[in-house]
Amino acid sequence: MLPSPIEVMQAFVSELPLLLENSVITLQEAFIGLFLGVSVGFCAAVLMDTFDILYKAFYPLLIITQTIPSVAIAPLLVLWFGYEMTPKIVLIVISTFFPVTVGLLDGFRSADKDAIGLLRSMGAGCLQIFRYIKFPSALPQLFSGLRIAAAYSVVGAVISEWLGGFGGLGVYMTRVKKAFAFDKMFAVIFLISAISLALMALVGFTEKKCMPYRNIDNKGEKI
Amino acid sequence: MNKLEVKNISKSFDGNRVLNDISIELNQGELVCLLGVSGGGKTTLFNIISGLLSPDNGQVLLDGKDITNQPGHTSYMLQKDLLLPYRTIEDNAALPLLLKGEKKKEARMQVSPLFEQFGLEGTQKKYPAQLSGGMRQRAALLRTYMFSKDVALLDEPFSALDTITKSSMHKWYLSVMEQIQLSTLFITHDIDEAILISDRIYLLSGSLGEITGEIIIKEPKPRRDDFNLTEEFLEYKRKILSLL
Repeated sequence: MLPSPIEVMQAFVSELPLLLENSVITLQEAFIGLFLGVSVGFCAAVLMDTFDILYKAFYPLLIITQTIPSVAIAPLLVLWFGYEMTPKIVLIVISTFFPVTVGLLDGFRSADKDAIGLLRSMGAGCLQIFRYIKFPSALPQLFSGLRIAAAYSVVGAVISEWLGGFGGLGVYMTRVKKAFAFDKMFAVIFLISAISLALMALVGFTEKKCMPYRNIDNKGEKI
Repeated sequence: MNKLEVKNISKSFDGNRVLNDISIELNQGELVCLLGVSGGGKTTLFNIISGLLSPDNGQVLLDGKDITNQPGHTSYMLQKDLLLPYRTIEDNAALPLLLKGEKKKEARMQVSPLFEQFGLEGTQKKYPAQLSGGMRQRAALLRTYMFSKDVALLDEPFSALDTITKSSMHKWYLSVMEQIQLSTLFITHDIDEAILISDRIYLLSGSLGEITGEIIIKEPKPRRDDFNLTEEFLEYKRKILSLL
């Protein structure tokens, strides 16, 4: 029942071609879903920040979407959208937009009111205030949200594949589970973790590139 | 002619009169201080002059033109330097130009020759967190200057600095002001600072929200290094204390 690390390694190597083939499908879903989820999350945050009435109306609904277990809606999504990529992407969008929206909303609100006043005194319009103050102030929170979203996107893809699909790491997982191939099961679990970690590292790398001013210590020296 | 004229401004918040029929003027090249206790409506007056807040009554005129309720005519600098931490000093200073729609490259080109004049050589590519308080304040002044070459409203710009840095900043500011033909309205609650740098001082009473006195400092500029140790200086100080 519990394979030794060596057995897991051996399974990983022997199954590598199959694992790679399936990861491509899963990653494709994860990336498209993540991209759409982040876009939806971004738009939602901007709208809710601009119009307080939208914030009051939709924020509670957003929270409710997160209380629904994804395992519960995934079969419904399969029924509605079929076995192809659509239901997977919808599920990933539902689970990834939330951390982005919440992070951005917090970030927009953390913008320095005096700095906004200063820009207004220079005659800046709403768009300019967004571009020069609100958006850059929200970058740290946006990246925190993105890191969570990146992890969710892979897990979301796998879960939705469990419940119906023709390929992907989730489908592979259900197959090896039914064959009681525990070594392969562990191999795929490790692969999924590795992919999630790699995605999070990618977000971290982009974060450093986008915010060079954060790599400065208290003495003002660059790290 | 007056550069800037504030006519009969009144403002109340929830029935509390903060400013009551305030009229002040600023001539070309002058540095005029508004002296009063903290929380006495000085910042409210600046918000009105800069167009961020609308007065209940009265007018703000710049070169004889009505600019009441219109932001974007005077440059405003607060006690906090408000440099954006995510932009380099160069890009912070160029911000007013970018807001006017200039290209980033051109804006940088216009800013860069001024770094030396403002004592900021070599800081172009640095971030605000890498600069000392005095340098940050200079950078904020450079940004203020990039916005308008005419009238600057400074709200306790040096009050967060230590005494020694403050006095060198005063000297520096007065020399820059002269070079670039700037007229300045300056808020402070520091009597010594007001006497040292002003051409004229308006005393603003916090409880009444009125101008209670106007003092002209006759000492020529640039001021002697030991001006604050002279009998005249103390005489001005006595007069101000009796009026406040």
